[in-house]
Amino acid sequence: MNEKIIKIIQDVSQKSDVPAEDESLFDSGLLDSFALTDMVAALEQTFDIKVPDSDLNPRKFDTVEKIAAYVESRK
Amino acid sequence: MAFIRGLGAYVPSRIVTNEELAVRVGKAASWIKDVSGIEERRWAAPDVAVAHLGLHAAKDCLLRSNADASEIGMVIMSSGSNERRFPGAAAEVAKGLGLTDVPAIDLPVASAGTLFGLALARDLVERYRNILVIGAEKMSSVIDREPMDANTGILFGDGAGACLVSADLGRLKIVDSLMRSDGSYTEALHLGLTGTLVMNGMTVIMQASRKVPSVISDLLKRNNRRPESIDWFVMHQANQNLIARIAKAVGVDTEKFYSNIARYGNTSSASMLIAASECWEEAMSICFAAFGAGFHWGALLAEVEK
Repeated sequence: MNEKIIKIIQDVSQKSDVPAEDESLFDSGLLDSFALTDMVAALEQTFDIKVPDSDLNPRKFDTVEKIAAYVESRK
Repeated sequence: MAFIRGLGAYVPSRIVTNEELAVRVGKAASWIKDVSGIEERRWAAPDVAVAHLGLHAAKDCLLRSNADASEIGMVIMSSGSNERRFPGAAAEVAKGLGLTDVPAIDLPVASAGTLFGLALARDLVERYRNILVIGAEKMSSVIDREPMDANTGILFGDGAGACLVSADLGRLKIVDSLMRSDGSYTEALHLGLTGTLVMNGMTVIMQASRKVPSVISDLLKRNNRRPESIDWFVMHQANQNLIARIAKAVGVDTEKFYSNIARYGNTSSASMLIAASECWEEAMSICFAAFGAGFHWGALLAEVEK
């Protein structure tokens, strides 16, 4: 799953960086507000999940491992 | 029924360029344009009050509507940057128009304030006949501090917009509206009694990117309108990148979303009516939309009566 998440991050950020699993995607500059929104849309499509508005909290998507945990919880 | 009888606007004369602010926030002027679409904004002089801005827009609106102030039955005024906790500026603006015996109500809703004002005016206009909706903001008084916050200081400008809603006169009929509020996000965007404006930009962008297209789609669907059939989408001018994203989500070209943010920046609740005052005269249909602190958001559909 993490490989797919990293591919999504690279696509929406248009950067080829490979973030560490616990690296903040915001602090590293990989994701900004708009890329984060695109990433959530891509997660929904790729993993066939629905992210409700109430879960649109940047803290839930700050690192690859948090994203993976969130996706797993929505399956 | 409710009609848009006319619109007006006012912005201060002082232009504040990206170059001027870039020095203060330690960023390049090109960065400001890239992240916001803003090239310049207007700031009022320190001694100019929110009511002063609102009164100018109100008079412009009446002039362009061929209306006399004596016809106004109610004033609804939105501002999130008024100088006083109370009273708000509504009664002061009404007084400036010579109105001292009509209800003048304040909506401290910030960016979605005039959308809510128009929606409420539609519902109240049968009783009050002509309702003047005003949004006036002096955002420079909120963000012009040292050190200036790079994320908020670059965004905001001062100005005012006004719309006269009439029960029986006007080219565009207000067909329907949707207003929504969710207090879960109060801390994400707020201005306290002291201190500067607080904005969690990521939360605001994430929520607005979802909620605005959703409320527009809901409004158009329940009125059997397709997005491509709308002449103009006139949204709160928050950020050009957000406007483009919402246009894409709605399924229309960005050019369908009228934008003047490059010239005026984000004037909070004033922005939607300032923008509408520039584009409404030729439009056969307009879908208004706004999103802001609260969160409050909504959409409103106006079109030539068929």
